[in-house]
Amino acid sequence: MSAFLTICLDIATGLILLTSAFSLLRLTIGPSLPDRVVALDMMTVSIVAFCGLAAIRFQEAAFLDVALALALVGFLATAALARFAERARTKTEHMP
Amino acid sequence: MSDIIIGTLIVLGGLFGAIGALGLVRMPDVLIRMHASTKIGTLSCGMVLAGTAVFFADGSTIVRALLIFLFLILTAPIGSHMIGRAAVSMGVGLWRAPEDRPREPRDQ
Repeated sequence: MSAFLTICLDIATGLILLTSAFSLLRLTIGPSLPDRVVALDMMTVSIVAFCGLAAIRFQEAAFLDVALALALVGFLATAALARFAERARTKTEHMP
Repeated sequence: MSDIIIGTLIVLGGLFGAIGALGLVRMPDVLIRMHASTKIGTLSCGMVLAGTAVFFADGSTIVRALLIFLFLILTAPIGSHMIGRAAVSMGVGLWRAPEDRPREPRDQ
């Protein structure tokens, strides 16, 4: 691995970690439930990108399997939380 | 030569990701935040995965990277649609431009 690629890898890892930190900030301060779900979605995507970077850094292609499973679980979490938000609204509407 | 391609791809991917997350923090409203984050997040992830595929440059890795990107590009619109519908039907407050806001009645 050349010196240029090492520097690029460090910069990209830092930027992806920054992405994750910003998403965590929105997850913490998000005023409503959909805000938090959007932040969680962004965080999952950034961790998938981080798995790609880790595959390059450690020269281990198995990290891509981790990324694939994480993308699957992330979509399931997003769909489930969105359904939960809609259902919670319906329940409060039907309350006397 | 391939090092330059990989480096450019992953740095651009990280940069796009950071810009999208900045939009996620700075934008005023759920739907606008979603507009900033989901599409650009998919783009950033795709660029990093393309860099990974170029780095390994063998068949199985390229297929796996393509599979992850295809999965993301298939599920991101579905997830965003579900969140957006939930947000609108929950009645989350939406942002309005200052010139569009109803004026306060001024009593003199």
